[in-house]
Amino acid sequence: MYPINQIRESLMTTQHHSTNALRSIKHQFGDYLGLMIALLLMIGLFSYLSQYFLSLDTFTTIANEIPAVAVTAVGMTFILIIGGIDLSVGSVMALASAVAGIAMLQWHWSLLPAVGLAMLTGLLTGLVNGAISVGWRLPSFIVTLGMLEVARGGAYIATDSKTQYIGGAIDWLSAPVAGQLSPSFFIAIAIVIIAQIVLVKTVFGRYMVGIGTNEEAIRLAGVDPRPVKIAVFAITGLLAGLAGIMQASRLEAADPNAGIGAELVVIAAVVIGGTSLMGGRGSVANTFLGVLLISVLEAGLAQIGASEPTKRIITGCVIIVAVVLDMYRERRRNRRSH
Amino acid sequence: MTSSALFHASGIGKHYAGPVLQHIDLTLHAGEVLALTGENGAGKSTLSKIIAGLVDPSSGVMLLDGKDYRPENRKSAEQQGVRMVLQELGLIPTLTVAENLLLDRLPHRGGFIRKHELLALAFDQMKTIGLGHIDPDTPVSQLGIGHQQMVEIARNLVGNCKVLILDEPSAMLTDREVEHLFEQIGKLKARGVGIIYISHRLDELTKIADRVTVLRDGHLIETLPMASTSQDEIVRLMVGKDVQESLDRPRRPVDGVALTLNRLSRGQSVRDVSLTLHKGEILGVAGLVGSGRTELLRLIFGADRSDQGDIHLTDKVLPARHSPADAVKAGIGLVTEDRKAQGLLLSQSIRVNATIANLGDVSIRSWLQTAKEMNIVNRMRDLLGIRSQSIEQTTGELSGGNQQKVVFARWIHRNCDILLLDEPTRGVDIGARADIYQEMDNMAASGKALLMVSSDLRELMTVCDRIAVMSAGKLVTILERGQWSQQSLLEAAFSEYSSVQVTEDVSH
Repeated sequence: MYPINQIRESLMTTQHHSTNALRSIKHQFGDYLGLMIALLLMIGLFSYLSQYFLSLDTFTTIANEIPAVAVTAVGMTFILIIGGIDLSVGSVMALASAVAGIAMLQWHWSLLPAVGLAMLTGLLTGLVNGAISVGWRLPSFIVTLGMLEVARGGAYIATDSKTQYIGGAIDWLSAPVAGQLSPSFFIAIAIVIIAQIVLVKTVFGRYMVGIGTNEEAIRLAGVDPRPVKIAVFAITGLLAGLAGIMQASRLEAADPNAGIGAELVVIAAVVIGGTSLMGGRGSVANTFLGVLLISVLEAGLAQIGASEPTKRIITGCVIIVAVVLDMYRERRRNRRSH
Repeated sequence: MTSSALFHASGIGKHYAGPVLQHIDLTLHAGEVLALTGENGAGKSTLSKIIAGLVDPSSGVMLLDGKDYRPENRKSAEQQGVRMVLQELGLIPTLTVAENLLLDRLPHRGGFIRKHELLALAFDQMKTIGLGHIDPDTPVSQLGIGHQQMVEIARNLVGNCKVLILDEPSAMLTDREVEHLFEQIGKLKARGVGIIYISHRLDELTKIADRVTVLRDGHLIETLPMASTSQDEIVRLMVGKDVQESLDRPRRPVDGVALTLNRLSRGQSVRDVSLTLHKGEILGVAGLVGSGRTELLRLIFGADRSDQGDIHLTDKVLPARHSPADAVKAGIGLVTEDRKAQGLLLSQSIRVNATIANLGDVSIRSWLQTAKEMNIVNRMRDLLGIRSQSIEQTTGELSGGNQQKVVFARWIHRNCDILLLDEPTRGVDIGARADIYQEMDNMAASGKALLMVSSDLRELMTVCDRIAVMSAGKLVTILERGQWSQQSLLEAAFSEYSSVQVTEDVSH
């Protein structure tokens, strides 16, 4: 090749790189932008509809309510990215809080080891989910559906089917510390940030996305996908266990009925955040925005006095609209880059 | 044979990116078997799919019974009496034989299936093809693959069938079943059905066909009466002229053994394959589609498990049931045949795809070093000439050639000692093809060992130092540069398919 051509080409490539960096920033920002706007619109709408909505109280209430859903949604994002699903998280939350309850009430453990045991329980359920679905190549939908029943049954046995009052010993997680905000909230934020970094900045995160995109291609690139997948399920179990503790702390009790249907709320939040159910695409940061969106919607609807059935209908519609919009955005992006 | 033409095609052509078929004139008489043969990619499948309405021709006209025949789709072709038995079975495995046979016209009353009628109809249809002993109430999945094939054929033998196209019907049949099939073909001929029979197995054609049409590179070379045509002549027609200019390039120097296969086997697809691959050479693997070439590469790479045999590398033996991860660790890379399904992460960027096999190199304690990664991938992009907006472009948007270059980049980044290549230039345009050959040449020059499967004999003859030929799962010969010709390669590729039957004929 002639040197002049080489120079021209290298010039062209550097130009490409810089415009590209700009574009990627825009892309990244664009990813958050849609959800941000939706969130602000929603806040605006509810502020218009109810004079009490736009207040510090509303937002601290939301902030203290979301940690359990937020940390579980972090795990669920990972699971959806690798192309799986975990339906057992709600039950695992209950089981973990029940285990913590027994440890503190019957065995008189102090808080920290009890919390440790509860999280270990969550981790174990996740490991079992992962090992079975990976080992026998079963759809995680079915395996975790089984675990949903098993863990719920376990929670009933552990609590003797009654809400076990634990009391003040466990409430420090949800007691306000800074302003009106609880430690749970800060823990959840920290987990969201760490998980997003793990997803984008680590080899593990890269493998997760790769597995969700094309597991066979990953295998034929010489990467064993199985340990990664099992680890993702284990992490989700662990986070669901933590969420169970957060919830128990708010209630000051281990409730065997805690977290019923939580898996659906969590999946809804993750999907609203733009993570694909088909795997290979997702963002923890967007999931967090999805969690916020759902909480603001719930709080707002409560504030304007919507009845429970109305709330559910509207929430359902918002989920569907969000996914439809996301699909259009994805399509437009694909077309644009062609 | 009647004199009137049942089916006539003239000037049929088909263009995709380039011409696949050109100026095909074909006549089929009622009650004759016309064999269609040719090398891989000669255009047999495309031509038959055009006739069966699965593919639209770019040019040309077709006549059926003297009337204009222009099927819009498979269904409309079938309504006019033209049916094709595809290589991939179209049966629904969970349904019964009877349900499959009569799927589009299940006898029913008010939506409820009349089972007795269904079974009776199906039994009649099965009996006509000599499968009266099979209970039509059996789920298809419980039948052997040969019987499934026969059911598929039976499904197409409905009343109005005038033209029946059989695409490699015997590929999965045992000799007994083939005989059965031939009996049925005989009966169909007597009924006046015109049959187009596509097959690689030349001795089969001698038995069954009245005339043979040879295709090569999308051209119809010649149509000859089968009785007066020898197998050698057919092979010669399939090959055409030998390309000479590629033969005088010297053999690459080799430097020690990189890989030795010792009696590697897997079922019927790979049988007792032993070979030695040297550092610095490109060893080609020729053979017909289904001869076990892809399967051989997958066995070496650990993508499938072998039944027996072992794989020696320069300084170690691969464990018996090794995984792709073991293979990559041992310095082996695989460029898969189907890069979209098995090679690339299509929705991910060039950067992600290029480094996925060696993330250790672009990370420190499992933290990705994105700047280093971008640097490396940008360099590889320039080196390989990957045409793209940037390395952040998703690979799904690239052309076939550029996608393949990304796969190459992945294994260059991994710096593997042995690279297995399965049809590395399939769907790759000519420009990118040259770049890929150049890169393969560079790799060989730097002491890598390359094992390359290709259906394009001319490509193998140009690029390779030696060519191993597989036939029906066996490695039948390895030819050295200078010893081979297209003729000798093709003969070797066909050898096991005819000798199987020859030896069995002898033993009878």
